[in-house]
Amino acid sequence: MTQSNTVEEIVSQPYKYGFITEIETEKIPKGLNEDVIRLISAKKNEPDFLLKFRLRAYEQWLKMKEPDWSGLTYSKVDYQDLVYYAAPKQDIKKKSLDEVDPKLLETFEKLGIPLSEQKRLSNVAVDAVFDSVSIATTYKEKLAENGVIFCSISEAISEYPDLIEQYLGTVVPINDNFFAALNSAVFSDGSFVYIPKGVECPMELSSYFRINSGDTGQFERTLIIAEESSSVSYLEGCTAPMFDTNTLHAAVVELVALDNASIKYSTVQNWYAGNEEGVGGIYNFVTKRGECRGKKSKISWSQVETGSSITWKYPSCVLQGDNSIGEFYSIALTNNFQKADTGTKMIHIGKNTKSKIVSKGISAGQSKNSYRGLVSISPNAEGSRNYSQCDSMLIGDKASANTYPYIQSKQPQSNIEHEASTCRISEDQLFYLQSRGIDFEESVSMLVSGFCSDVFNELPMEFASEADKLLALKLEGSVG
Amino acid sequence: MISSTSETILSIEDLHASVEDQEILHGVNLVVKEGEIHAIMGRNGSGKSTLSKVIAGHPSYKVLSGSILFKGKDILELEPEERARIGIFLGFQYPVEIPGVSNLEFLRVATNSRRKELLKSELDTFEFEDLVKEKLKIVEMDPAFLERSVNEGFSGGEKKRNEILQMALLEPVISILDETDSGLDIDALRIVASGINRLSQPNSATILITHYQRLLNEITPDFVHIMADGKIIKTGNKELAIDLEKKGYEFIDKNAKEKEMAK
Repeated sequence: MTQSNTVEEIVSQPYKYGFITEIETEKIPKGLNEDVIRLISAKKNEPDFLLKFRLRAYEQWLKMKEPDWSGLTYSKVDYQDLVYYAAPKQDIKKKSLDEVDPKLLETFEKLGIPLSEQKRLSNVAVDAVFDSVSIATTYKEKLAENGVIFCSISEAISEYPDLIEQYLGTVVPINDNFFAALNSAVFSDGSFVYIPKGVECPMELSSYFRINSGDTGQFERTLIIAEESSSVSYLEGCTAPMFDTNTLHAAVVELVALDNASIKYSTVQNWYAGNEEGVGGIYNFVTKRGECRGKKSKISWSQVETGSSITWKYPSCVLQGDNSIGEFYSIALTNNFQKADTGTKMIHIGKNTKSKIVSKGISAGQSKNSYRGLVSISPNAEGSRNYSQCDSMLIGDKASANTYPYIQSKQPQSNIEHEASTCRISEDQLFYLQSRGIDFEESVSMLVSGFCSDVFNELPMEFASEADKLLALKLEGSVG
Repeated sequence: MISSTSETILSIEDLHASVEDQEILHGVNLVVKEGEIHAIMGRNGSGKSTLSKVIAGHPSYKVLSGSILFKGKDILELEPEERARIGIFLGFQYPVEIPGVSNLEFLRVATNSRRKELLKSELDTFEFEDLVKEKLKIVEMDPAFLERSVNEGFSGGEKKRNEILQMALLEPVISILDETDSGLDIDALRIVASGINRLSQPNSATILITHYQRLLNEITPDFVHIMADGKIIKTGNKELAIDLEKKGYEFIDKNAKEKEMAK
């Protein structure tokens, strides 16, 4: 037995969320054209401005080319072979949870997200999205007492069209990139959050995304607005069944923080990663960006990326307001043939803006795990500071880890620090733990957790233990 | 404490072992019984640390031939964690630092894995804190060490105390302490030695691996073994250690050579 072989066996765990819910689904025919976009918009009874938004985006998208600069190789997506709208059949929009198909409630319960009144997670409000539509949002009334709006984006489009029109596409413009343009044209559902001036959101808000159909692209859209002196912590989780084809997930998330506002956005991404041979899995091509528009505002991203066959995303902060703060904390664990190219962009525009990046990449199997990040300091951003720390851990000798830090400073009165390290799971550390009676498996997972602890500490309490469990799950298995 | 009816805890016979394809142990024989304290002395590179790692099951060390029996049972096929659970404890010369892993949680998981083997109930965080605070007194350690990462940023003396704390929690049947005295100042040495003394039980045994006599002033061994070139070449009582201190290893070499010639 060689240690590295057994470590590899440990990280190769069957995916626990790979089941398919048997439910009657309403799908529109495959393919993408203007009519499909009009159809999606009509199905959702959207106002005219939104249809125009979609059509403009589509027009831009047609002119754009799929990017290939990342060095990720994957079988190209046939955009005419995808379904752009799939929804579980329900008679009308459900007013209460009792009317939701029990099969759907059961699905979410199986995923550890109970939605029914009695079993709800305490102090976490959940918006559950199944394929293209939002199924239910819990604790809505309680939030409304504080003026907090938390609902699906479809509902927001019909209930709060002014807010949507004012903010949608202002952080990630429709022509930002190929996948963002596609999302803007066809997005189906997602979450909307609005925190009014001076309100500290009384509970964690959470969206749970579930892909169920194999040939359906998921294009969710999330928009979070934190008014002056407000704050919110938002969590996002995702899983999908196992299919041997690749499913495209191209989301767009936009965050807006005004003066003194603070948004904390955490993700635990566990989309299906494909099998041991690298067949199947989700293409997770996501655009996430936040704008610190107000002075002293703060946006903090934390992510635990364990799933998807390919992850390609850079949750970023545009630090526009003076003294605003951007943070990015990331754990990316890849195994088998998974590829992750993830990182962040910190764009310093305002004076005395600060950013901090802590990235932990763990690669096992034959996977590729890259950190790619940009720190840009504009001429006006005097007194700005950035600190970046990028650590990689390799398990076995076939995995690879790369770090691509891009630094552009046009402001001499600024300070940028970057630290990077690469390590292997150390045999001596493993032996030390084992010699105290701790299982090999548990020892590995303790070491990985320890490696990630800086990031775990940044996750909301409810999430930290879940994320730790998820890593342990990925790392658990038979020791041979 | 030793009687002829004492049970044998560890019995090593003609043990040959290698690391990185180089044979280091060339036939070690050693029998340790309940209640006994053994000291193994010898120069750097004589194979003392290798012996301790082989007993604990370090994966880099390969047993070429010979046997190690623990209470009559062959342990060579056991994983390191299985050896630990049945009561074999190795106190490291250089305890590794494990960043990000809480010392308290590490100690709790380790303690529970041993308790499970002893058919004792596993301890939750609160119960464990009570236990560990009691044991901290043995090594005069500040509870603040529990909140830190395992050995991270600990001084040499603090690391060694953390080792003895683990020994106190795991209640091993046999403790092999590899140069626990190295790098300790007089006060730390006294604390560590008194900890070891307090922890020794009539039904357990200790092997002290050391360079120097000074630890043996604090802990009186029943047997002193001298190791050279991967073998135990001389066994005596504590007087042997004193002799060694006075006359140096050359005296042993000469002695051994004469013995060899006499054969």
